[in-house]
Amino acid sequence: MSTEAPTEPRTRVHYPAPIEAAIARLIPLLHGEYGLSARAVALLLLQGDAEVERLVRAQEGERAAAIAGVVAEIEPAFSGPLSYVIGLARQAAADRIAGRTASPPTRTRGGFAEWLGRAMMRPLTGLPILLIVIYFGLYQFVGVFGAGTLVNLLEGTLFDKHINPWVTAAVTRVLPWPVANSLFVGEYGLFTMGLKYAVAIILPIVTTFFLVFAIIEDTGYLPRLALLTDRVLKRVGLSGRAVIPMVLGFGCDTMATMVTRVLETTRERVIATLLLALAIPCSAQLGVILALLAGWPAGLAIWAGVVGLVFLLVGYLAAKLMPGQPASFYIEIPPLRWPAPANVLVKTYTRLEWYLAEVLPLFLFASVLIWVGQLTHVFQWAVTVFTYPVQWIGLPRPAAVAFLFGFFRRDYGAAGLYDLAQSGGLTPPQLLVAMVTLTLFLPCVAQLLMMSKERGWRTALAMAAFIVPFAFGVGFALNATLRLLRI
Amino acid sequence: MELSERAEEALEELWLAEERGESFASADAEPAVAELAAAGLVQRREDSVSLTPVGRAEARAVTRRHRLAERLLADVLDVRPAAVESVACRFEHVLARGIDDKVCALLGHPKSCPHGLPIPPGPCCEDNEHSPVRLVASLAEMEPGEQGRIAYLHPRERATLDKLMAMGAVPGAAITLTQRFPSFVLQVGQTQVAVDSDIASSIYVRLAGSAPPRRRRRWGRLQRG
Repeated sequence: MSTEAPTEPRTRVHYPAPIEAAIARLIPLLHGEYGLSARAVALLLLQGDAEVERLVRAQEGERAAAIAGVVAEIEPAFSGPLSYVIGLARQAAADRIAGRTASPPTRTRGGFAEWLGRAMMRPLTGLPILLIVIYFGLYQFVGVFGAGTLVNLLEGTLFDKHINPWVTAAVTRVLPWPVANSLFVGEYGLFTMGLKYAVAIILPIVTTFFLVFAIIEDTGYLPRLALLTDRVLKRVGLSGRAVIPMVLGFGCDTMATMVTRVLETTRERVIATLLLALAIPCSAQLGVILALLAGWPAGLAIWAGVVGLVFLLVGYLAAKLMPGQPASFYIEIPPLRWPAPANVLVKTYTRLEWYLAEVLPLFLFASVLIWVGQLTHVFQWAVTVFTYPVQWIGLPRPAAVAFLFGFFRRDYGAAGLYDLAQSGGLTPPQLLVAMVTLTLFLPCVAQLLMMSKERGWRTALAMAAFIVPFAFGVGFALNATLRLLRI
Repeated sequence: MELSERAEEALEELWLAEERGESFASADAEPAVAELAAAGLVQRREDSVSLTPVGRAEARAVTRRHRLAERLLADVLDVRPAAVESVACRFEHVLARGIDDKVCALLGHPKSCPHGLPIPPGPCCEDNEHSPVRLVASLAEMEPGEQGRIAYLHPRERATLDKLMAMGAVPGAAITLTQRFPSFVLQVGQTQVAVDSDIASSIYVRLAGSAPPRRRRRWGRLQRG
């Protein structure tokens, strides 16, 4: 390539005459520094780009009015918006170039990929496929392998046997006072609980989930799932696109709440955030719940049924109450393809990196909160407060601690209930009621903070204010129903 | 009623003026206005002329025929945009009452003329009658497997226009409908896209090899009224 000054591009898009005339009139008026050619700026102005309009107003001073005048003048000359007309001209140019240089494939992609892709898009075949994906991807890989094998390895062997005792000894030597060292290595210490929780328990579960998600994402399955679920999601005020944060929510609700950014309207984002906080259990929770209720399939079914019902009902009501336009749905369906290992690893790594940077500190912060809470006896007071609604839904008083913990560590709350059940403190129906209520209960501290960040603290607070009584309300109803049916 | 061509033109101008919220004052249209006043279709008031209720109904019908004619010429008969206006002006007088409804059904009950002005709907639009031969239909009305070229877009919101363009769904593009349920899946060129019924009813397709539409049960609203 020569190093001479750039010449006129060989391929230029020619727009309809009135637009070219307007561009010619605009170019002499544009004196400022934009980092773009004057023609590009003129075109952006005609398309109504808000950002460029702002720059032009700032840079052109008294010429800005004349510029706006030129744009306003040619708008009525066309039956559609200018951005549309310009877009059409570009499309035509692109077609011409493609026509000269590329030829369409003579044979349409047939074969297994095509067949499978189509099967995924029809409800009759798509639903069984979804169930298979859930079983192998979620239950087996994330649940059994991630939450079971990996967690046991990291928590039981690595932390409990090796790291924790060593750190505890070291810290107690440096800080012999119980108040100080309990912050770091006490029962809920920064290291013994906060870090262990984040690294030994959540990290393996979330890693396995991100891995599975990246594989599914790379194959092109998600858009097909989106089109299958669009009609159902429309009933709860969302569109098929919301399937992406919803599915992510089964891995980590905090990340999913951040991902609600991909949704178009604020209305969709708010409804999705609410449903994620209320009815989508994250993988940490799922792991424990599956382990606990595995021996009682009917209980598992009831749990899933109640949570699913809550999802649909609350979503439906939220959609009715929230003002705004209903969501529209459009998504490109890529051809089905084998996932590329490099892609999968990069995606997993990126998400993990985000997780370590954003979420891990929050769990450390939670440890500090509990430490402070215990010192000031606020913690104990909070437990006492919780005993009331807990008893009201038919559970014994010790269950209150589990709920409070459920806020800081979702699985700790569930595990606390497990211990209670094992020691005979909870009957199976009580366990079921507790599980359902815990699932619906306040999101974990990390998620709540993410909700405040994404939707504003007022909205997050309003959601929390709704969720807590609602969760206990459902627990009450379930308890009453179970009593009525079982006794 | 039988009106002169000039009088019908004047009625159209009056309707357009009402659409734009302007007042109608045209000295050249004097003989036409006189004819309309005599027929009780307009009333004079100081320096402006306005439609009577009867006149409004008549103006509506005339405008409807004119804009339907424009659609027919532009979409089906491929008349050059520059010529559409002048040809439509003469064509509309030929579309006597009753035939305009048939043309409307043929074109899939279009909502706007090529200039973007609304076409006053007729009784056929409310009933969404299917003609035995369909030339233009919205995607929401098509059957899986039908294909054609996009004739025009009529989105409810402007933002949808950008989305459709991003998909490559522009007038002239070849399009095939592959699936209707649970969402509309279409093939535009080499791209496969899924959309909901709202967006599907924004895309009007000139069908290739017009097949009569099968009688189909309506699952909820298919087309906006």
